[in-house]
Amino acid sequence: MPNSEPLLKVNGLKQHFKINTGLFRSTLLKAVDGITFDIARGETLGLVGESGCGKTTAGRTILHLYRPTAGEVIFDGVRIDTPQKVMDMRSKAQMVFQDPYSSLDPRMTVQDTIREPLDIQKTYPTRKERDDRVKELMAAVELSSEQATRYPHEFSGGQRQRIGIARALAVNPTFIVCDEPVSALDVSIQAQIINMFEDLQETYSLTYLFIAHDLSIVKHISKRIAVMYLGKIIELATSGELYKMPLHPYTKSLLSAVPIVDPNAEKQRKRIVLEGDVPSPINMPEGCSFQSRCPICTDRCRQEEPDLREMSDGHYCACWNVQ
Amino acid sequence: MDSILLKVENLQTSFLVKSGEVKAANEISFTLKKGEALGIVGESGSGKSVTAYSILQILQNPGKIVGGSIALNGQELVNSGESVMSRIRGNKISMIFQDPMTSLNPVFTVGNQLTEAIMLHTKRRKAQARERSVELLRLVGINEPKRRVKQYPHELSGGMRQRAMIAMAIACEPDILIADEPTTALDVTVQAQILELMKSLQEQLGMAIIMITHDLGVIAGMCERVIVMYAGRIVESGTVDEIFYAPAHEYTKGLLKSIPSISDERQRLIPIAGSPVDMLSLPKGCAFAPRCDCAMKICLASQPAQSRISETHSASCWMNEKGRLENA
Repeated sequence: MPNSEPLLKVNGLKQHFKINTGLFRSTLLKAVDGITFDIARGETLGLVGESGCGKTTAGRTILHLYRPTAGEVIFDGVRIDTPQKVMDMRSKAQMVFQDPYSSLDPRMTVQDTIREPLDIQKTYPTRKERDDRVKELMAAVELSSEQATRYPHEFSGGQRQRIGIARALAVNPTFIVCDEPVSALDVSIQAQIINMFEDLQETYSLTYLFIAHDLSIVKHISKRIAVMYLGKIIELATSGELYKMPLHPYTKSLLSAVPIVDPNAEKQRKRIVLEGDVPSPINMPEGCSFQSRCPICTDRCRQEEPDLREMSDGHYCACWNVQ
Repeated sequence: MDSILLKVENLQTSFLVKSGEVKAANEISFTLKKGEALGIVGESGSGKSVTAYSILQILQNPGKIVGGSIALNGQELVNSGESVMSRIRGNKISMIFQDPMTSLNPVFTVGNQLTEAIMLHTKRRKAQARERSVELLRLVGINEPKRRVKQYPHELSGGMRQRAMIAMAIACEPDILIADEPTTALDVTVQAQILELMKSLQEQLGMAIIMITHDLGVIAGMCERVIVMYAGRIVESGTVDEIFYAPAHEYTKGLLKSIPSISDERQRLIPIAGSPVDMLSLPKGCAFAPRCDCAMKICLASQPAQSRISETHSASCWMNEKGRLENA
């Protein structure tokens, strides 16, 4: 019987970092400040936002690479709250990192890197079985078996990212957090890796949380997209709806800022150019986090913080001025 | 007639490393007209930055211009000597870099760095130069310029640092501004601001821009003409419309097909197969041939000649020659 329960439920998740500002003084950096969403089995949820908005921290906190400050993560029906449950979750939830250069140990061969999670999780009891599994994984990411004894520096960026993907797949996960997996790659290689993610999802029935700042790529791969700004989700909708009918003023400006690979479309479009930069997440003002750059900001936005409300079926937005 | 400002002919820049010679820029020829925006697009290692560095002769060892000519308003720059070049850099041709944090000096204030550039190239004295720096910061859209001139680079945000870099670059109203991936390190909303700023400055000051980027979207919005580079060579050049709507080189075609666009509804991307070339062991024929779906025997054997498709459009691909031979 197919399980209709979401694979992952994130409820009011918060991650605050303490920053020392003096000998005895410290302040809070609210990297992730109360995010709530579900991911259905086999779905890809895109998480977009600008640098510093907390998207990477969100991904890491979900996998408990950081201990959450508050909130809960329910994975496959289990509330992750003890170290044992974290360990159990990690055999089913894995991560692919942004930088294929620093996320591989330069002194480990490809096969050792891919086998390491298998050695730890002990899903395959004998060495022979683990080695066979490594070969199978290398074939799945289109690396040849002769490359098994080579070291990361002998590979190009795209190939290294394949190694990282094979390592994530090793323990037969059901869920993978992809943290900017193609942004360090050349344009002509990005499409190869994106297609590979899609194929692997199909073959192994994977569920992805796809974190990226490139909206075109996120739109391509995701079924639904959550837009983050300064630690909060400000809009969440299906990818088609988000691009056709963005509601939040930040989403609108973000979409209008993305360069289009079409000179005529570029000439015709009207840009909503925002003033200023993303403010620092330290000592945030009261009210809406977007107030300092918002073109339609009102008094209410400066006093009260808007909640993520459902505007139409499955389309959520956190803005007082959107009805 | 548009006047030709910069003429690069058969530029050859090589890096002599232990394991051999890397021809980072190979037979590069192009012209830049007054006030024009030219885009150079290519992947990492394609030679786009090396071409820019060669123009300003700021190549790092062991990089060296080994042949060709670069003429600015008819004046030859290759082998012209350091004293000539230092008068041209920042004055006639200036450059902005990808990472505004590492290209600004962290121990001097923004104002200090701006006045230095102004005093070096103009006869202004310190007080006047100071005034001019405030004016420049205002011109590039920095709020409270009087306060900002006294700040250090780390006190500014990424977008503001890039604005300060641009202010420095346009301080002497150069004829040419070379922008090497100016927005790659920035967020999309800030990228949009910087691109708008560059466009308006181009109009106001009438300067030409060479925009170096890997992002075809940035080129589409900014430039009039485009050069596509692969493995150190120009593989195609033409107007934006020609490159985007009628690409003639298989690499350009592949690149355009492989990029997801926010406006399209495609289910699947069409990638370019294989990996980027190893610049130390370039193939004998076309460097793109090992990754090309249409590669023929001749592509592997010899370097394709440049074929003219129109007055403004040319590409180096045997496929174009094939069509011509069949038609003849």
